[in-house]
Amino acid sequence: MTEPLVELRDLTVTFTGGPKPVAAVNGVDLTLAPGETVALIGESGSGKSVTLRQILRLNPERRSRVSGQVRVAGLDVLRLSGTELAAYRGAVASMIFQEPLLALDPVYTLGDQIVEAICRHEAVSREDARRRALDLFERVRIPSAARRLEAYPHEMSGGMRQRAMIALALACRPKLLLADEPTTALDATVQIQVLLLLRDLQREFGLSILFVTHDIGAAVEVADRMAVMYAGRIVEAADARTIVRAPRHPYTIGLLKSRAHGALQKGQRLETIPGSPPDLANLPPGCAFADRCFLAADACRTTPPAAEGLAAGHQVRCFRSADTAAALA
Amino acid sequence: MSEQQSLRDDRGGPAQPLLTVSGLVKHFPLKKRLGRPAAVVRAVDGIDFEVLKGETLGVVGESGCGKSTTARLLMHLIAPDQGDFTFDGETVGGPELPLKSYRRQVQMVFQDSYSSLNPRMTIEDSIAFGPKVHGLNGREAITRARDLLARVGLEPRRFAGRYPHELSGGQRQRVNIARALALEPRMIILDEAVSALDKSVEAQVLNLLLDLKEAFGLTYIFISHDLNVVRFMSDRVMVMYLGRVAEIGPSEAIFDAPAHPYSAALLASMPSMDPDARTEEAPLAGDPPNPIDPPPGCRFHTRCALAEASCRSVVPSLTAIGPHHRAACLMAMPGSGHSRATEEAA
Ligand SMILES: Nc1ncnc2c1ncn2[C@@H]1O[C@H](COP(=O)(O)OP(=O)(O)OP(=O)(O)O)[C@@H](O)[C@H]1O
Ligand SMILES: Nc1ncnc2c1ncn2[C@@H]1O[C@H](COP(=O)(O)OP(=O)(O)O)[C@@H](O)[C@H]1O
Ligand code: SF4
Ligand code: SF4
Ligand SMILES: [Mg+2]
Ligand SMILES: [Mg+2]
Repeated sequence: MTEPLVELRDLTVTFTGGPKPVAAVNGVDLTLAPGETVALIGESGSGKSVTLRQILRLNPERRSRVSGQVRVAGLDVLRLSGTELAAYRGAVASMIFQEPLLALDPVYTLGDQIVEAICRHEAVSREDARRRALDLFERVRIPSAARRLEAYPHEMSGGMRQRAMIALALACRPKLLLADEPTTALDATVQIQVLLLLRDLQREFGLSILFVTHDIGAAVEVADRMAVMYAGRIVEAADARTIVRAPRHPYTIGLLKSRAHGALQKGQRLETIPGSPPDLANLPPGCAFADRCFLAADACRTTPPAAEGLAAGHQVRCFRSADTAAALA
Repeated sequence: MSEQQSLRDDRGGPAQPLLTVSGLVKHFPLKKRLGRPAAVVRAVDGIDFEVLKGETLGVVGESGCGKSTTARLLMHLIAPDQGDFTFDGETVGGPELPLKSYRRQVQMVFQDSYSSLNPRMTIEDSIAFGPKVHGLNGREAITRARDLLARVGLEPRRFAGRYPHELSGGQRQRVNIARALALEPRMIILDEAVSALDKSVEAQVLNLLLDLKEAFGLTYIFISHDLNVVRFMSDRVMVMYLGRVAEIGPSEAIFDAPAHPYSAALLASMPSMDPDARTEEAPLAGDPPNPIDPPPGCRFHTRCALAEASCRSVVPSLTAIGPHHRAACLMAMPGSGHSRATEEAA
């Protein structure tokens, strides 16, 4: 087996700035092989973005408590010094966001921003950096690339800005792209373009992508594997087919069943998961899903279930995984 | 609340459309810049449609195509530049149906559950506010508010005295729905009303909307960017593109066999849920054009795979292609000059 590019071991992130500590990430284990795309899916507040940000150490360090391990390309990320961290960000791992205007600087042209990013990390001439910027714009399929390098972020449409941000993220040839809901704010016709672009870039550059989304459909379009998060834990992880067709965690099953889809009859009601996600400042001692789970038993409320391997690459955190297969029928 | 309200208000019987909109136009002027002619955003640029009694009309289309502007025009939150509304056979704002009485009968729920509630009012008072303004005494209004809280699944004893920030997004949206119901409307416009909710909570609220519609005989206009949800909720669907109606018709007809190339592309852009049948090619390239300067002729011609020369100059009109089904494409217009159109009807 090849060395994983990313290895998260028992990662926890607790925010301590407020009146009560917020346990946003509660023991995440996750590996990504080189060239693999993994989608992290889950509802808002389940800890997807915090996990992603911790891989770049973007969570506010003074107001958070972090434990566990983050290894990326052999680096022990949580122990990097300031200068090592600056070299790591962008060149080993970089990130794209839902809102490109937050990643792009409004007062510089897109070309200048890419050139700047390249020159910060590598000893290349501005002309060479410029050539690479043009190449990147072409690779992310921005029409009239040369002209668009001279544009400012606000002069571009939403889809083009998203592409420009992707180009900027790839400027220093990272091995890992962290994508936080990059298509959520886009229109359907543009979203699918960007999803296909990410898929192509993954192949062309041999990138690993950790793709955060709350939209299972978007995840299906790009991901080899999926990890489902709930209340700061990965409750189920498997290849995309297994997650969509044979999920075994009650939460994953509920999520898939509650989706509106074409096969429903008029007037039929959706199946629902009762209640809403738990308060992260006040997590129950047992399984965080117990209050909403149709299979919950007394044992579920005392300790959180550990991850259990059901099959190669299929892991579930549920005490009653032996009983869940029947629930899918 | 009276479940017979809709029946009491009914005028023309079930076959008469509840709402008929014709020739609706709204342009927003942009700030003048030196040396340039004043530009306008053609947010809504001549649309006609009907909402049938008791139906859910879904509205879809890309960001900026005019869905929310249409909704705000229907609510009379903004004034149209042109256009007429007929509500159950009566001209809105005319002598038979003064604006105030129309406004009571049409309510709206927005995407942002927070900003539409007064943060300093308990949710019970928020819900009772509208009925009080419309003449109900304080006690009756509070009783109605509590009934409605129970109807939307928020136990009054636990929730009535809470403030908006003490609720989750899904609970706040239930309050907004209760508030919309408080004036016993006949029609509710839901503008991305479930879009900000988590999927597991969204399903609960969608079910609630279906239950309430049945219980109170409501008619819905359901605006959403989530095509799966629109399909689930809607009897008919209106597809908008750059301020115009591209296609309107029965939900099954549109989802199974869209007539307008834009509808077809929009539906084909939905992510596949099958890892073995992923989308291979994006149905459309590029972003939607700017509504400040929409393309001449058919507005979709800059992105349409079937566009021909005639599409660049002739504006397609909404043409009937089936029962209650119309599309604005030259291919559907006999004698339009498009090679796929039938010859001029004799
Ligand atoms: N008050 C306003 N002044 C100027 N332009 C406006 C105003 N309101 C809306 N517009 C513009 O009108 C067009 C249609 O806007 P509208 O809000 O109706 O779109 P929408 O279809 O609801 O989009 P979305 O899916 O993003 O909600 C857009 O180009 C928008 O920027
Ligand atoms: N900087 C922060 N300070 C305090 N709490 C935070 C911070 N960032 C995120 N959180 C909290 O951590 C939890 C997980 O958030 P996030 O990872 O953003 O969720 P999502 O799965 O929607 O991306 C949420 O409860 C959020 O409010
Ligand atoms: S551990 Fe228990 S409560 Fe948690 S998901 Fe499994 S059955 Fe449900
Ligand atoms: S009128 Fe022409 S450009 Fe417009 S949708 Fe029909 S074929 Fe395409
Ligand atoms: Mg997030
Ligand atoms: Mg809108």
